[in-house]
Amino acid sequence: MRYKFLTAAFAATVALNVAGPAAATDLEVTHWWTSGGEAAAVAELAKAFDATGNHWVDGAIAGSGGTARPIMISRITGGDPMGATQFNHGRQAEELVQAGLMRDLTDVATKGKWTEVVRPKSLLDSCTIGGKIYCVPVNIHSWQWLWLSNAAFEKAGVPVPKNWNEYVAAAPALEKAGIVPLAVGGQAWQASGAFDVLLAAVGGTDTFLKVYKDKDAKFAAGPEVAKVFKAADDARKMAKNTNVQDWNQATNMVITGKAGGQIMGDWAQGEFQVAGKTAGKDYTCLPGLGLNEVIATGGDAFYFPLLKDADKAKAQEVLAETLLDPKTQVAFNLKKGSLPVRGDVDLAAANDCMKKGLAILAKGAVIPWTDQLLSQDSQKQKEDLFSEFFAKPDMTLEEAQKRFADIIASAD
Amino acid sequence: MSNSERPNRLFRNLNAKIASIPMVLTAGVVFVGGTAWTVLYSFTNSKLLPRLNFVGLDQYYRLWATPRWLISIENLLIYGVISLVFSLVIGFLLAALLDQKIRFEDTFRTIFLYPFALSFIVTGLVWQWLLNPDFGVQGVVRSLGWTSFDFNPLYNSSIVIYGISIAALWQGTGLIMCLMLAGLRGIDEDIWKAARVDGIPMWKTYLFIIIPMMRPVFITTLVIIASGIVKVYDLVVAQTSGGPGIASEVPAKYVYDYMFFAQNLGQGFAASTMMLLSVMIVIVPWAYLEFGGRKRV
Repeated sequence: MRYKFLTAAFAATVALNVAGPAAATDLEVTHWWTSGGEAAAVAELAKAFDATGNHWVDGAIAGSGGTARPIMISRITGGDPMGATQFNHGRQAEELVQAGLMRDLTDVATKGKWTEVVRPKSLLDSCTIGGKIYCVPVNIHSWQWLWLSNAAFEKAGVPVPKNWNEYVAAAPALEKAGIVPLAVGGQAWQASGAFDVLLAAVGGTDTFLKVYKDKDAKFAAGPEVAKVFKAADDARKMAKNTNVQDWNQATNMVITGKAGGQIMGDWAQGEFQVAGKTAGKDYTCLPGLGLNEVIATGGDAFYFPLLKDADKAKAQEVLAETLLDPKTQVAFNLKKGSLPVRGDVDLAAANDCMKKGLAILAKGAVIPWTDQLLSQDSQKQKEDLFSEFFAKPDMTLEEAQKRFADIIASAD
Repeated sequence: MSNSERPNRLFRNLNAKIASIPMVLTAGVVFVGGTAWTVLYSFTNSKLLPRLNFVGLDQYYRLWATPRWLISIENLLIYGVISLVFSLVIGFLLAALLDQKIRFEDTFRTIFLYPFALSFIVTGLVWQWLLNPDFGVQGVVRSLGWTSFDFNPLYNSSIVIYGISIAALWQGTGLIMCLMLAGLRGIDEDIWKAARVDGIPMWKTYLFIIIPMMRPVFITTLVIIASGIVKVYDLVVAQTSGGPGIASEVPAKYVYDYMFFAQNLGQGFAASTMMLLSVMIVIVPWAYLEFGGRKRV
């Protein structure tokens, strides 16, 4: 009796809420964007969401994605889900979706015609599991960039290279001038990412896909990939005096002319901008290392945990729509230095390097990235291998390639 | 007789027994239960979420075929031997020196114990800077004129674990010194007088009389050091984050990385079970000797 009365009372209050004017709903959003430029970009998203009459509760988690993801996952699995959370789209949240903890956004997507506006299409594919859409991609971050310091090459007395091969040839001159030819920070993901870039640039798109998409272990042990390992060996020799850990410290070596260049994703551009450097004049960017101009469609996306609260569920839909709104896309991506996920927005304010990226995107020269193709487990094994490879000059190419093929054989 | 006494024993000190129930439950459910759960799931192929899908010893085969795990074990052994031997020897020497009724003893004690007030993270960062070749010890000595001076442990794969041990010793020796000093102060003054009357040299008195008398202190110290060795994680993360490459990885970091970063719970559980096993191999025979032996006396 008493229980029934209580439920009735609750039902009444809920009904009242729905009937009354739409009250602002607080929605907590977790993400790991905490550096200066990133925080400014997030503020744009929050502003756009608050303008819809709801309230963005910022749940920034300091540290990188590696620190933040375990916290997010344990909150979702532990029964204390947030309103929405960032992941790199791809396979990081795959199991959460399979366990039924994430919200199906197919209705919102159909209403907003996401399949038509989101470009390239592979972005939405990596949000789709079992025919249903579970995330909203917000930007494209690509790894395929070589950042070169014009001042360093001037000091060494060689012209700024146009591609990877010229760069390798210029390395001795740089070394003679006391410049570290290539900066690779000590964090494991940097070495691993640099190899993946080389695989796509030196080996070509087909090689990349055969290894990471088809997971062909025999091919990974073969002569095509051996060529890439030869290039990785060049990179290892060029990077041996780096002595820094974080990627932005390595980027800083390029900015100050202590290093000739760095293979790093387009997020490095923010560092150049903060340092007041101009693309083309102070630094040069070569997408696809100047060999194979492709862009990988990695990036960030928002996932929405399944919530019981009807108001919050409604606010989730609003947020999902807001994130893909053309205005939000432009404001956010300009601050973030990444490319928008819609083809129909105007990015006149973009700098030279971003425009190069947009042009490649418009041509459709895109490949899926490892976040989309490999499980986190295989990624970690790969990171362990390449951080060892880059730090150990006496590790032979044959041994490294054999271990690489083993990882591909067991990859899922 | 004995039959009527038995229930009594159960109800003796009833209040104390009731009061200890929460702790017994915590130990039973959280520690033992959690351990059993971990061991059970280490035989499954759980990825991000725990799932009871048994795969036998697969996770263990993979673990022992992984170069990174083997390096981690090797590093733990080197780090363990170094921190055990050096913190005991240095700690005892410092304590013995402080025990010579020197002036400003309080000041010295404070200085030696001070690093212990810092967390491993801070210690790690401080030593990361000190050992950085460009602006640390090497940089300073080179700027003084010895340009060929080479001291670069953190960026040299073959000696990086020693660089980490230096930081650990700097941080932990002060505590060991204090424990030892307390032990030395607990020795009866008359023993010293007797030794002096018998004309035994001081180093012999320390080695053959004082140290054997300090056995309980040494055992406490040993337990504190040993538990610090097995769980070393934050120091490595702060100093090198496992680098260069994977040269300074440790088992605890492997467990964390594979459980949370690689989203492979099964592999992480297998590694943590191996850590538990290695602790058991050391602890069980020791506990048997220590506690089993006493009953016989």
